[in-house]
Amino acid sequence: MDNEKKIPLASRIPPKVWLLISFVAAIAAWYVLSVLPATSRGFPNVVVTTQGLLTMIQRGVFWADLSSSLISVFAGYALGFIIALPVAILMAWYMPVRNILEPWIQFIRNIPPLAYVPLIVICAGVGRRPQIIVITIACFLIMCVTIYQGVINVDETLIKAARVLGATDRDIFVRVIAPATLPFILTAVRLGASVALTTLIAAESTGAQAGLGMRIRSLNNTFESAPMLAYVIIIGIIGITMETVIKYLERKLTGWQEKREI
Amino acid sequence: MAGEERNLILKIDNVRKVYNTRNGEMVALNGVDLDIYENEFICVVGPSGCGKSTLLNIIAGLHEASSGAVYCKGKKVTGTGTERGVVFQQYALFPWLTVKKNVMFALEMKGIKGKEAEEQAMKYLEKVDLVKFADHFPKELSGGMKQRVAIARAYAADPEVLLMDEPFGALDAQTRTQLQTELLETWEKDQKTCFFITHDVEEAIILAQKVIIMSARPGRIKSIVNIDIPYPRTQETKMTPRFLELKNEIWSQVYQEYLEVRK
Repeated sequence: MDNEKKIPLASRIPPKVWLLISFVAAIAAWYVLSVLPATSRGFPNVVVTTQGLLTMIQRGVFWADLSSSLISVFAGYALGFIIALPVAILMAWYMPVRNILEPWIQFIRNIPPLAYVPLIVICAGVGRRPQIIVITIACFLIMCVTIYQGVINVDETLIKAARVLGATDRDIFVRVIAPATLPFILTAVRLGASVALTTLIAAESTGAQAGLGMRIRSLNNTFESAPMLAYVIIIGIIGITMETVIKYLERKLTGWQEKREI
Repeated sequence: MAGEERNLILKIDNVRKVYNTRNGEMVALNGVDLDIYENEFICVVGPSGCGKSTLLNIIAGLHEASSGAVYCKGKKVTGTGTERGVVFQQYALFPWLTVKKNVMFALEMKGIKGKEAEEQAMKYLEKVDLVKFADHFPKELSGGMKQRVAIARAYAADPEVLLMDEPFGALDAQTRTQLQTELLETWEKDQKTCFFITHDVEEAIILAQKVIIMSARPGRIKSIVNIDIPYPRTQETKMTPRFLELKNEIWSQVYQEYLEVRK
């Protein structure tokens, strides 16, 4: 503190404090939105929004909504991953599989899930099942493409190096291709998490009995913006929590990498 | 050199390699014959595109010859084998394994496991002076250190012959001479049979007993020059008249081939 001449103030503030400053700034911005006539109806202030959340808890729907959404997200996400992993490996290894599947994976990946949700509801009925199916499809597509890229990009010299040291095909798969692909698998897991959440809202758009996305829609009918905003923020919190956990895993498991990808 | 009965390690018998390209057939190697005996240090020089790496890959069993064959201790080569170790230019270390575990990989492939593998790995790391870095990941090492780990790993597999594909080609001049010196010292001690590819004529002469000059398109052996400079050799050897004479001779032959390629 005594020699504060050279070092600029901004770089002397620790990251934790910056986080706090950022938080305060956001609350301030929120407050501004809550008083401006143009936005005040959609952005009730912190107190009102918190009350909105409490109202939802009192009505006995919040925990049901939260658990319903989390179950759908994690079930769809996990299923998507379980299917994507072997399919991506098959695509990378067998040319016919790749040539037949890849164009369609790319094609479907570019259709917003919201568009095909009604079709799935027609087939799978209402309730949780269509939600899980939609999230599974969306997660599968993004994760499959990412993992596939990882498997085909394994440095061939590493495979050669293992082979001249006497590695069998199995050794090469378990001890070279698997670890070499791990960074891509974790990237897939991260991308999949954000897709799962995005898709959740689409998945709950038709025939859901509970869920964060479904509740936002139904609150829209009664113009209850306070609980709506509270729900939106909850979705954001879920998203950032998932990302933080996955980033931690990435650091732990793939810290050996020369360069880190986005 | 006492050259009574020498053990033939590798026999390269009329090897030809043809690639099918869009512009038709490209003959990469044609009629390559070469015998490599135990404890020999052989360097191959030639302009890029003369097929020297292709030849190494065929000997390693990573590529297949279009015709002709390679025999290792009398057995026809049909694929890779631990009796033929390879050191690659790009180091090819497993980035997810520590230095020690990279070396242990070679040992584990031979069925040596656990403590035993660990102890042996440390022994090989001692040889390349990297014991202190045993628990580092490759990304924390310089290029020269990475290549030393790769050499330790190749040694750990205990092959009959070491195939080295421009191992020092990606290193800066200073590191390069340092690794040459280290390799010379190691070879003078254990005389592990070495088949070493380089495009650096000086490097070839300082290391090898025989320098093989390859011609380009199609690649074949143009001539073999015996390097009659006795070991031990050091970097000072590069200043001796005999060295310079040999360098001139080999370089002019290689240069002719460069001109051929440019035509």
